[in-house]
Amino acid sequence: MIELKDIHKSFGDVEILKGINAKFETGKVNLVIGSSGHGKSIMMKCMVGLETPTSGSVIYDNRDFTHLEYRQLREVRKEIGMLFQGTALFDSLTVEQNVEFTLKMFTNMTPAERKDRVDFCLEQVDMPGINQKFPSEISGGMKKRVGIARAIALDIKYLFCDEPNSGLDPVTSRLIDELLKSITEEFKITTIINTHDMKTVFDIGDDVIFIYEGNNEWSGKVKDIKTSGNEILTRFIEASQFH
Amino acid sequence: MGMFSKPEKLGVYIDRTITEMNNIGIGSLAIVVIIAVFQGAVTTLQIAYQLISPLISKPVIGSIVSDSSMLELAPTITCLVLAGKVGSHIASEIGTMRVSEQIDALEVMGINSSGYLALPKIIAGLIMIPCLVIISIFLSNAGGILAGEASGILTSEEYLQGARASFLPYNLFFALIKAFTYAFIITTVSSFHGYTTRGGALEVGASSTKAVVYSAVAILFSDYLLAQLLL
Repeated sequence: MIELKDIHKSFGDVEILKGINAKFETGKVNLVIGSSGHGKSIMMKCMVGLETPTSGSVIYDNRDFTHLEYRQLREVRKEIGMLFQGTALFDSLTVEQNVEFTLKMFTNMTPAERKDRVDFCLEQVDMPGINQKFPSEISGGMKKRVGIARAIALDIKYLFCDEPNSGLDPVTSRLIDELLKSITEEFKITTIINTHDMKTVFDIGDDVIFIYEGNNEWSGKVKDIKTSGNEILTRFIEASQFH
Repeated sequence: MGMFSKPEKLGVYIDRTITEMNNIGIGSLAIVVIIAVFQGAVTTLQIAYQLISPLISKPVIGSIVSDSSMLELAPTITCLVLAGKVGSHIASEIGTMRVSEQIDALEVMGINSSGYLALPKIIAGLIMIPCLVIISIFLSNAGGILAGEASGILTSEEYLQGARASFLPYNLFFALIKAFTYAFIITTVSSFHGYTTRGGALEVGASSTKAVVYSAVAILFSDYLLAQLLL
């Protein structure tokens, strides 16, 4: 489980996150929704350590991520996988080398064992047989899937996805959603997805947090989202035309 | 300082260093060869043009060209060119990784990104750039000999006689000190500008330009400083 305790983040005089408290349960698809520019991505960056919160704590299963020593921090990070909005695949490496990357860096697996693990991960995302292709040679949807394969190459406990469906057609978008859901359930990981795609929310979401102007405006179960009684959230859902 | 922390996996860093040695060393060999040969040839012709006098023996031309190549032309001109070629490549490669979130991906994985990206390039530069400078010294002299023979100004024997007469091992040591200093400047300045890139494609270009300009200025400044201190 990941817990956020009173997270504040400011850039100069501008306060982006204004005291976020939240819990993300293990084995569930936790969705963070909200309009662009309200702090979703900054919150995720604070959670994975790409930004340091001005104050507050990020707790990974009783480990205070924001106050760990550098080496301890690196140990926790090995348990984290992240799918970036632009996939962030290493473009000088092949698909196989991308997925193999963390295995090479952090395990003592033999090349044969690494190859087996890479093949397993690529099969999980339904992308077998593209090992020797470079990221520039595959489509956006394929890159997303390879990004997921890379994220799960190590036995991760936490999976972060920043706008996993951005720039994808509806069919591929649905495939990615289903993939994230099945991986979360199969590997019993804590998945956190930043999105403003309400179809994703209703299709695969378990718990939802609605971020508005840097605050946790509403949180609860997906099934309760339409009856939340929160005007801002209702407006957001109506605007997405999925109510 | 994070760049110099213990590597996550030494073998991976060694592999990356060898790859970078190939990129920096072998990748720059052609341009270094061309520059060195022409540099030596042109210097020979110009020195001969300025020293036309029955009172000056022809081997003096070989002596001046060989010393100039070793002390200044081969290390400094070669490294100014490498600042453009290698420096811009390093800055744009790392800068592109920064703006496309690849460096963020490394950080999230728990990898020391500055160490992983910059350290192999610095070590590779420190190994390969002095090698390129030594090659450049030899080829400058070869260019000088060729130009002398081709123009009939002096024979290769006269050139070599002058070069041998004025050769001091300390000059070669001085050239290598310069080469190591410039290699460090090129790789660190370029890595820094690439790593601190923010924005998009436009900023990657700006970082690349800054890397070349700052490296060149730092090379010229340290050239003066080293000459003042060591000669």
